[in-house]
Amino acid sequence: MIPAGFDYRRAATLDEALSLLADGGDEAKLIAGGHSLLPLMKLRLAAPSMLIDIGRLGDLSFVRDGGDHVVVGALTRHRDVEIDQTLRDHVPLLAHVAGQVGDPQVRHRGTIGGSIAHGDPASDLPAACLALGASFKAVGPSGERTIDASDFFLGFLETALGPDEVLTEIIVPKATGAGWSFQKFNRRAQDWAIVGVAAVRGERTGISLINMGPTPVRASATEDALAGGASAAEAAARAAEGLEPPSDLNATPEYRVHLAQVLVRRALEEASAA
Amino acid sequence: MPGSILGTEVRRVEDPDLLTGRGTYIANLTVPGLHSAAFVRSPVAHAWVRGIDKAEALTMPGVVDVLTAEDLGVAPFHGFMVLNEACARPPLATDKVRFVGEPVAVVIAASDAEALDAAGAVVVDYDPLPAAVDLLGAVADGAPLQFEQIGTNVVAGMGGPADDGLTGAAHVVRAQLENQRIAVVPMEGNAIAAVPGGCGAGSVYDDYRMTVYVSTQMPHGFARTASAILGYEPEDLRVVAPHVGGGFGAKAGATAEHVCVIAAARHLGRPVRWVDTRSENMVSMPHGRGQLQWIEMGFDPDLRLTGMRCRILGDAGAYAGFGGALAIGPTRTMAQGVYAFPKIRYDVAAVVTNTTPMGAFRGAGRPEAAEFLERMMDIAAVELHVDPVELRRRNLLAPFDGTYTTVMGTPYDNGDYQRALDQALAAAGYEALRAEQAERRQRGDRWQLGVGVAVYVEITAGGGGEEFGAVEIHADGSATIRVGTSAHGQGHATTFAMIVSDRLGIPLEEIRLVQSDTAVVPRGGGTGGSRSLQVGGSAVLAATERVLDQARQLAATELEASAEDIVVHDDGRLGVAGVPSRTLSWVELARAAEAAADGGVLAAEVDFKVDGATFPFGAHVAVVEVDTETGQVRPLRHIAVDDCGRIVNPLLVTGQQHGGIAQGMAQALWEEVVFDPDGNPLTANLADYGMPSAAEMPSFETSNTETPTYRNPLGAKGIGESGTIGSTPSVHNAVIDAVAHLGVRHIPMPCTSERVWRAVQEARARGPVVPWSEPPALFDSLRRAGEAGGRRPEAADVDI
Repeated sequence: MIPAGFDYRRAATLDEALSLLADGGDEAKLIAGGHSLLPLMKLRLAAPSMLIDIGRLGDLSFVRDGGDHVVVGALTRHRDVEIDQTLRDHVPLLAHVAGQVGDPQVRHRGTIGGSIAHGDPASDLPAACLALGASFKAVGPSGERTIDASDFFLGFLETALGPDEVLTEIIVPKATGAGWSFQKFNRRAQDWAIVGVAAVRGERTGISLINMGPTPVRASATEDALAGGASAAEAAARAAEGLEPPSDLNATPEYRVHLAQVLVRRALEEASAA
Repeated sequence: MPGSILGTEVRRVEDPDLLTGRGTYIANLTVPGLHSAAFVRSPVAHAWVRGIDKAEALTMPGVVDVLTAEDLGVAPFHGFMVLNEACARPPLATDKVRFVGEPVAVVIAASDAEALDAAGAVVVDYDPLPAAVDLLGAVADGAPLQFEQIGTNVVAGMGGPADDGLTGAAHVVRAQLENQRIAVVPMEGNAIAAVPGGCGAGSVYDDYRMTVYVSTQMPHGFARTASAILGYEPEDLRVVAPHVGGGFGAKAGATAEHVCVIAAARHLGRPVRWVDTRSENMVSMPHGRGQLQWIEMGFDPDLRLTGMRCRILGDAGAYAGFGGALAIGPTRTMAQGVYAFPKIRYDVAAVVTNTTPMGAFRGAGRPEAAEFLERMMDIAAVELHVDPVELRRRNLLAPFDGTYTTVMGTPYDNGDYQRALDQALAAAGYEALRAEQAERRQRGDRWQLGVGVAVYVEITAGGGGEEFGAVEIHADGSATIRVGTSAHGQGHATTFAMIVSDRLGIPLEEIRLVQSDTAVVPRGGGTGGSRSLQVGGSAVLAATERVLDQARQLAATELEASAEDIVVHDDGRLGVAGVPSRTLSWVELARAAEAAADGGVLAAEVDFKVDGATFPFGAHVAVVEVDTETGQVRPLRHIAVDDCGRIVNPLLVTGQQHGGIAQGMAQALWEEVVFDPDGNPLTANLADYGMPSAAEMPSFETSNTETPTYRNPLGAKGIGESGTIGSTPSVHNAVIDAVAHLGVRHIPMPCTSERVWRAVQEARARGPVVPWSEPPALFDSLRRAGEAGGRRPEAADVDI
């Protein structure tokens, strides 16, 4: 549980972070809360030669009402997302999901941007952002760009974020008054979900799945079925269509398919009841 | 005595240090020039070692040396107890590695990080062999042999007697059960620091050739074992156990890593420390449990037991870890449990596998017996259409007080199992629970209710029962206790001080406990097997009473009275009974002792032997909900009635019950060490290994019955392991009970959601099935107990 040696730089500004990142090359990694990266480093599954600490860029920790959307700074900690009143009023799904990540220690250190940028298919927040139709602002040497969540997660722990880019904002459309549900099925309270479902039903419908493939994924067949007027039960039966869920100590793919169907049905029922 | 402190809740005097960061754990130790050790561990389960290239590692920053078996020159050894002489383990692998995680070389460097970096640069040439990973695979024809010279992976065993009482039984119920391998996971893993020479300039302890600080349950046992392995005379080696962050049976004896670190410190003439990481702890610290059990129980037409046949394979892991002996020892000793069996045949074999060596874990062989007995009772109740409580009542031993010798030859002291069961059922509201269960079944609720009952008896202090205890009064009237037990969380400093305070009237805060240092405590059996209060506490009591006798003599002289008339008054002063005006304080007594013509002292050392093992018992009721749609299990309540004889400090007893219940429940629901078919560990960190937290636990409803034993003067039985023993089968039974109406007859532990879901699916598709396959033929050829070759290995009767 001792990481390999690395250089450490603390960035005072976003510009400094970008320039350190540009100088550091492939072997440099950003670190904020450290709750995804440090465990991998301690197990020596990751061995970056340089860590660029952006944890003290205070101006990236905020929640701002943007009219028809809410902007969340990438360095906002899970706990701050969980208790933010603007989010609770307008995107309650996101606030609720942030309160389900890991355990209290993780939620007080980990950041929403770190979780999104890590792109773990077993994480809660990436899937919630997919369901909510969020987009992500990234800043790089050539300026800034906005990437839709649906285009962001490319493969296992692989995202559209360039090696020289910093994720700065999570932009979430308001879903005020919409029905929503989060179903997290896990072995222990602090575990990643064996399977999870984030669902929002209102002006827009979004259903996404946790740990049902190499990336967080939309339950597209379910969404299509709902659009076509199917019942919750009918739509839920199609939750895992086209997906290849992983096999691990907690679940076989067959069981994950079953869980996805059950949990999507429960999510749809709960979201409708809201 | 009226006003006695014994039996009252006294807060632990140990806790302020622990809670304010004043712990003396080995990782906190500061010794000038301390170096770090890191092990190069085998990534394969079974292989010839063709070469070790340490050239690059030797050039790396901070590296002092890279040592292999050749450099250390330490002969293969047995680190705790011997299961099979031929399976001795070299501290570093020589020609062969036998499990993933086995150390092959050790790097000594200036820091932990430098040592670990260099360990990664040591290149070992492995020539892989097929591995025998699971028990059935290891006893199959043509299985890869761990020790070619033995010719089999079965390294110990015994059988018999021939009559199992099943012939002519009206009903025979049988099942094949697995008591899965679990990890011990103490908060602090293994840790050791070896410092050549004594402990510091000018110290009276400077004559030692080596001072060893080690996280162990048994410092004196460690000193004895390590001295023998390393060729020290006993007086050469000082062993100190500082604060120890939990043991649970896994810190008994010397491990290969311990031996390497001491040998390296000696070889290099430098102090060396090793503190394991969690990842290496999960593959190198001995695992517990690990038995395959084929059990057949016979009943007469009135559903009374006629007999039982047990066929048990105990996993020893690599190098015949002593855990393999537990199936031959305590599981066999306790095979009769709380029931009136007229006959039992018990055939058992210990088997080596290419996995982490097995050792003890909280209960150490007794939970495995209670689990199969209580699972069988529930399986039988369903098959015989009788309430599981009624079936138990019909077969429980009647209350007894005086030795009852079981058909296994085990001399129980006393017991009232019916009373514990009644109290647990009343606390649980058993009838109401059954009514609610019936309603939920009737309604077809998604969440079904399960109620699981377990009644158990176990053995504590089964390993000899002798202990060193000493009490000394100082000039300031305070007292010091020295004792050969070695508390590492149990609260002895509190409990033993209560015993002394109760007899001598000295306040708790003026009583100090000294333990766990071979330089100041001459002998000791350490702490394990729930022995400490009944054996160590009794030794302290005996020493206390001798000091009291000395004090009464002194007081009698000073007060010109007869010693027989001297008593301890309520204010802690000694004087003539009924004459409170003329009394002496302990300061005055100490002064009198010093002034006495014969240089008398107020101090006594004793080696106390108890009158035998004791047999705590109890009954647990577990209540769970099962989601029939997903298989998810939600523990709702846990009711435990544990009888540990006379209770000295109820707060500590409750604490032991809580910890035990949590660990036992964890085995039923979450924990399992898993290897892939090649022997690669799949649960080598706490993300993958299912150790629960408080968030998964229901609130515990604990109480006690109190049946004092007559086998020690305190009347105490052990409580350290009872919670674990009663909880596993009760929780396991509750899960299966929740879905029994759907046709489920058994679910292997741990009852994960997928396993529960599959069991429901299979029962719906195929109807009720109790697992059974024919046991391997090897059981038929085991020697009978008492025959040549059928002896029990040494590890069978020891406190762990």
